[in-house]
Parts: sequence; structure tokens; C-alpha cells
Amino acid sequence: MNNSPYFRQPASVQSVMLRVLLALLPGIAAYVWFFGAGILVQIALASITALAAEAAMLKLRGKPLMMFLGDGSALVTAWLIALTFPSIAPWWLTVLGTLLAIVVAKHLYGGLGQNPFNPAMVAFALMIVAYPLLMSQWPRVDATDFAVQWEAIFGNRQVLDAMTMATPLDALRTVLRDPEQRAMIGGVLGTKATFGNVGGKGWEWIAAGYFLGGLYLLQQRIITWHMPAAFLATLFVISGAFALHDPERFAGPGFQLFTGGAMLAAFFIVTDPVSGATTPKGKLIFAAGAAVLTWIIRTFGAYPDGIAFAVLLMNIAAPLIDMYTQPPVFGHKIKGDDPK
Amino acid sequence: MTALQRLFKFHGGVKPAYNKEASTGLPIAVAPTSTRLVIPLHQSIGGMPRPMVAAGERVLKGQRIGGADGNVSSAVHASTSGTVVAVEMRLMPHTSGLSALCVVIEPDGRDEWIPRQPFDFRSATPTQTRDYLRDAGVVGLGGAVFPSYLKLNPGKQGKLDTLVLNGAECEPFITCDDLLMRERAATILDGAAIMREMLAAGQVLIGIEDNKPEAIAAMEIAARAANAAAREDAFKVVSVPTRYPAGGAKQLMRVLTGIEVPHGKRSTDYGLQCFNVGTAYAIYEAIALGQPLISRIVTVAGNVGKARNYEVLLGTPMRDIIALCGPLPDSDRVIMGGPMMGLLMPDDSVPVVKAANCVLVGSKKLFPPPPPEMPCIRCGECAKACPSDLQPFEMYWFSRAKIFGKAQEYNLFDCIECGCCAYVCPSRIPLVDYYRFAKSEIWARETEKEAADVARERYEFRLLREEREKQEKAAKLAAKTAAGREKAAVALAEAEKPAVTPEQDAKKALIAAALERARAQKEQAHPENVSNLTPEQQAEIAAIEARRAEIREMAKPHLRQDD
Repeated sequence: MNNSPYFRQPASVQSVMLRVLLALLPGIAAYVWFFGAGILVQIALASITALAAEAAMLKLRGKPLMMFLGDGSALVTAWLIALTFPSIAPWWLTVLGTLLAIVVAKHLYGGLGQNPFNPAMVAFALMIVAYPLLMSQWPRVDATDFAVQWEAIFGNRQVLDAMTMATPLDALRTVLRDPEQRAMIGGVLGTKATFGNVGGKGWEWIAAGYFLGGLYLLQQRIITWHMPAAFLATLFVISGAFALHDPERFAGPGFQLFTGGAMLAAFFIVTDPVSGATTPKGKLIFAAGAAVLTWIIRTFGAYPDGIAFAVLLMNIAAPLIDMYTQPPVFGHKIKGDDPK
Repeated sequence: MTALQRLFKFHGGVKPAYNKEASTGLPIAVAPTSTRLVIPLHQSIGGMPRPMVAAGERVLKGQRIGGADGNVSSAVHASTSGTVVAVEMRLMPHTSGLSALCVVIEPDGRDEWIPRQPFDFRSATPTQTRDYLRDAGVVGLGGAVFPSYLKLNPGKQGKLDTLVLNGAECEPFITCDDLLMRERAATILDGAAIMREMLAAGQVLIGIEDNKPEAIAAMEIAARAANAAAREDAFKVVSVPTRYPAGGAKQLMRVLTGIEVPHGKRSTDYGLQCFNVGTAYAIYEAIALGQPLISRIVTVAGNVGKARNYEVLLGTPMRDIIALCGPLPDSDRVIMGGPMMGLLMPDDSVPVVKAANCVLVGSKKLFPPPPPEMPCIRCGECAKACPSDLQPFEMYWFSRAKIFGKAQEYNLFDCIECGCCAYVCPSRIPLVDYYRFAKSEIWARETEKEAADVARERYEFRLLREEREKQEKAAKLAAKTAAGREKAAVALAEAEKPAVTPEQDAKKALIAAALERARAQKEQAHPENVSNLTPEQQAEIAAIEARRAEIREMAKPHLRQDD
């Protein structure tokens, strides 16, 4: 209080978090357009759960309630959970995932700033392991009837068959893996209603929305270019190389980047400063590593989209990456330290 | 002569609101002499000058009242003629609220100078010149108050490539250098010419932030004249981008020459030396006019009606010059220096000293208390802003957890405490406070460790000595009884003598070996930080030590939450 500097830039954690939420809006708008308003219900569910859980944990831990509740970090976690979970998932799945994220992944590790793992990705990974079936029921493109989606979220399970389908990544993986079908990439991507021009049908526009939001975050200097550039470039190069090598077995870079959670991950998930690497070089390594793992899991792993596992694995490596990528300090750049 | 100088960038930095217009509207005014001048004897980094006057004595303006003490120290002088009314402990212009020995002078209003005569530095040896400047009390006037004579040494090579004059003045509110350059450019360059000669420097680069166009223009005119006088193009005014802390000596040297002087190294070894423009002016006054440093230009700004620069006699109570500027009723504090690095004064009665480039009046409105501290989210803003390319959040983490070794591994001691990190932190963490806390703890621990090492060495030696004495006593006793019982044993003892000597030798060797071991152990355990210190670092230690107690107090509320 009585020490320099005596004045400060009017920045706050809250304003950072609010701008992240703002940046998610274009992607959400595209989501609603193609897949219906169910996602908004999920966002509301996750938000309310996150805030309630945050408040309860703060109270239990004896921390000032309003100061932390208002910081917006719980909402960012909640929105990322809602956006990565199927938008017609039953309500309790979202609620349970959010609870785990806030209570276990965040507060049991010490709260804001202390969590070694990305809370939203912890929620996703736990839920897809515990409820693989429910976590793979995605809404059909253009099946945007809100009443039906509402029924799917809150009602009985009967309606589901009529409106779910596999995500593009899932569909592709299933078909390519099935020895009976002997399908090739060209055939799959060309024929199915699931696939759009670049990525998954509808998904490519949502990804574009996230991309737009990401540019806003870059412009606001909330994230630096390192993470998104390294993530997208690595995914592009590795999928491109394999697609060139065998275009009938491996999906190309356009499809990889604009389907599933790639774009969301590049700008909103790997960029989480708390659980990721922080040095400039470390950020490049962290994001590139996440991209490589994502591609490997997508292509050879048991899950259609590997982002959650990729990010969590890289979270483990983050402190080590940081330790070995410290930038040279002022005056320590002159090698040998010999005055001329 | 201007412009076509290649500029380099330094990493980080911030652009705070500069607030400089308020105090640049009027020319420098001479502040009236106060009824009492309180002149602290300790006004520069380094040793404590010893008082040379006693209460009741009459002193003249410019008379030496405190003599330099030790290698790093500088003399102090009476700012006007009058009577010494006391030599006693008075409140220091320092955040700690500690007192220091001061000479209190009651001015007689006659302002009578000591006999003054120029110092012919050309016919004096460099050592004589430096001694003269030490006794003239010239120290760095940018705020760091490092004795200037120590820096006027060209180093190993006997010459320098570049003398840098620091007119950047990057702290908000402060304009004393700006006004000095506008009004007394020629004198500054006369001083710079003297320094150039002493340092055998090639070019003189005058770095000024580009938000001071008038100062740049004035200095350019003066530089043209200086170049004509020197018959070479040695003096160059360089306009540098306005970005705090461009006025940090190392940052400015980097911007002007591209050279990064490493921490703890002397810039002269890289062919560089840097002085504040005010220091150049003081050098001229000391050498060419024979006037020691008894006044300085002070910016009075902040929460005042009319901010202005004053030429103030050292020892003038701050409240007297604040009163000249009409402090606003809600004023609640006085800061010496700028808002980024300034020191909070214990009250407004403390005197203006050589370090006082600015007396900044504060209020809750002007410098609102920061909102509550939030946890660090590792957003990296601090690392982006750090001009020393540090990772402030890592240093914060380890300082807070009191893992000081790790904090040092992250180059804690390269931190210049410029405040950029705390300025940008969205969690409003008082980062610099944590670094000050960690630094002071590390110094304290190393001092304690050193003391413990000495004590242990002494203890071990005492044990050895006691052991030796015991053995000697036993041997004597054995010899005595033996002698009493049997006289024939004398012959035997004679025969045994050569056997005794090797025994004693072995004992001696044992002691020597133990001592050697203890010494080696101590050397090994000797912390690297306190070996081979430069005078600057020693001075830094002294300054940190002074702040330590107070900082610990301050850090307590932050640390206590989780302790």
C-alpha cells in the first residue's frame, strides 16, 4: 500500500476473463445457428453450477466470496465445458462435469492460479472415460428444434435416436477402422452428410467463429501468438505430411483444423496461462506438443478427439518445459561475458 | 549532429501517464532559504561521513561539514552561512522512518561563501581530481546518489568509447532534468566536456526521451557549440522513444549503443559510462567554479495547485517547498522521487537531500490504494513488461513461498525494482514488495551465516586449544611424578626426547589440518553473492539493510494470510 509503484494500470483479472467470454461469442452464435439453442441451455447449466460450486468452495475455504466469485474464472471454465460437451447431453452430465472441474480440479489444488491441470479438460476427460456413450451423442446438423433438445437434456432418453449422430471425427474414425467397410478417405468425406467443405458440416463455421474470437484475444493482447500459431501450424504440418503420404488413409489439414475442438483448443484451451507453459519458447513447445498428441490420439487412439488428453499430458510437462526455456536475462546475453 | 544515430530496443517497459506538463510551464525558481536547514551527513550511497563541525560553530556557505568516510562516500557541505545549532539524530528522508546524524544550521541570511576557486584538473593527477570531487560532494543526481568520483575512472583501457549523458527522465511527474536542460544546456555540456576529458571518452551521447522537444532543441544548440569548441563531432543529442524505464542507466546505454552491461559488471569495461545531466552540471560547478554541491533542482508536483521546479538548498524541509506550490487540502503523503520508484516519506518535515529529484505530493484520489490482491494467474503480463527480461511471476512465487534459493536462480538480483511488473499486474500483486522482501531476507541470511561461520571457526579452535592444553598438562604431570620417583628416569626421558618431538609435531599438524579444514569448509560454504562485491553492490547491501526491518513489517500482512 505504501510502496512504489504508487499507481497502476487499470487492469484486472475480471476484465481479462470477461474478454475471454466475449471472444467465445462468435463461435457460440455459429453453434446455435447450426445445432440449435440447446447449447445455450448447457452454458446456463454449467455457469450456474460453476458459480454455485465456486461459492460453496470459497465459503468452505474461508476466502472472500465476492472478490473471487466476480473474477470470471469459473465462468470461463463453465463455458469451455459446455462447448466441449455434447449440446444434447443430459443435464446431470454437464452439472457433474462442472462440479468435478471446479471442486476437484480447481479448488482442491488451491483455487484460482494454483491448478496444475486445465479444469475444463479434466471434466471432459473424466466424463468421457466414465460415460463414453453419453459423451458421444451429438446433435444432428439442422436438427435444431429447441423443444426436442430441451427434452433430450431434461427428459427421457427416447428422443435421442432420431436426432443424434456421430461427430465428423468419430464418423471418419469408425469408418476407416472398420475392416468390413474398406472405405477410403475420399469416399467417406465426399458422401456423408456429416462432412462439410472444409471440416465437419456446421463445425467448420463454429471453428471459424472461434478463430475470429481468437483474433480478438490476440488484438487485446490477452494471449500471445505463440500458442495458437504453434498448435495450428503443428497440426497442419503433421496432418498435411501424412495426408500427402497416404491421402486415402489420413484426413488432410483442413479437415483436422476445422473439425472437433481444434480451433477452440488453439485459442482458448492450450492458452490457459495457469496450467500451461509461460515462457515464449515454452509456449511454442507446449502447444506444438499438444497438437502432436491430439493428432496421434485422433488418428490412432481410442477416442475421436484427443484434445483433452493431449492438453492434460502437456500440463504435466509444463513446469519442466518452463524450467528449461527461461529466456536470457538482460545483460546475460553476451556470451562469454568478455568485455571487448 | 542529431538523429542519424541507430537506436536499439530494450525489452518490456510500460507507458504510464506522464503528467509532466504541470511543472514545465514556469522556469526554475530559486526557493527561499528556510529558517532551519537540516543536512543529513549520509546523503550518498556508501560510508557515513563524519561530522566536522560542532554545535555553536559558525559555518560559511560551501564549508565542508561532513568528511567522506571510506572508499565509497562523499563529503557534505553547509548550504548557506549561519550557525550550527545542533549535530544530532533527525528523521531521514527515507521510508524506514529511521533517524540519522544531521547538522542543523540556522542561516544568518548573509549567504556568505567560502573562498571559491576553480580546480585545474588538467594539471592535477586523476587521483587528485577525484579526491577533489569527493570532497566537493558530487554524487549522481538522477536519484541513485552514487559518488561521482568513483565513476570518473576510465577503467582498464584508460579510455572510453562513449560517455552517455542521461536526460531521459522517464519517471512520471519529474521534470527537473527537463528544465535544467532547457535553461542551462551549455553549462551541462561544459560539465560533460570535463568528464569527457577525464574519461578520455570518444563520443558523448545525450539521450533524451522524445516527449521533451524543448530540452532536445536546447541541448542541440549547446551541442553544436560544444562541437565547435572541441573541433570535432563528439557531442550528439539523441532522441529516444518515450517508454519507462528508458532512463535506467543500463536501459539507456542499451538503447544508445546496443550494449547490455551485465549485472555486477562495470560499464567502463564495455567502453561506456553514464551520468545524469544534473550530475554533469554539478561537476562543472565544482571544477570550473569551485562550488561544492549544496543545492539541486527539485520538481514539486502531484497534488499541488501550481507544480514547479525549484533550485533548493540541501537541507530545506520538504514542507517549505511544498508550501510554495499550494498543496491541495486532501494531500495525504509526500513521496521523494516519482510514482514508479519513489520513496514514501515518514512526514513532510524531512529535508531535501541530494537524491530528491522530485517531491511528489500524493492523495487518495491521485494514487488510490490498489484493490485487493488476487492470486497470480500466470498471465505473463509482468514478464512482457520487465525491462530486465526476468520472469517476475516465478520470482514472486518463490519469494512468497520463501524459497529464496529458487528466487535467486530466477535472477532475483537482476531486478532493478522499476515497478513495471506491479504496474501491469491484473491481479494487483505488489510484486516489487515481494522482491524487496526476498532480497533483504537473502542478505540477512548470508550475513548471519557469515557470522555463524566465524563463530564456529572460533569454537573449533577453542576446542583444539583446550585439548592441546589438557594433553600438555598431563604430559607435564607425568614427567613430574616420574622425576620424583626415579631419578634414573631422567636419562630415559633424555633418551625419549626425540620421540616426544614427533609427537608434538603430530599434534601441531593435527591442529593445522583442522584449521585448514575449517577454512576450506568456510570457503566452500561462503555464499557467492557476497564475494567479490563491487562498491555498487556493497552500497546496495547497505541500502537494503537499512530498508530491511521496515520491509519485513510491510510484507507481513501479505505473507500472513497463508502462513
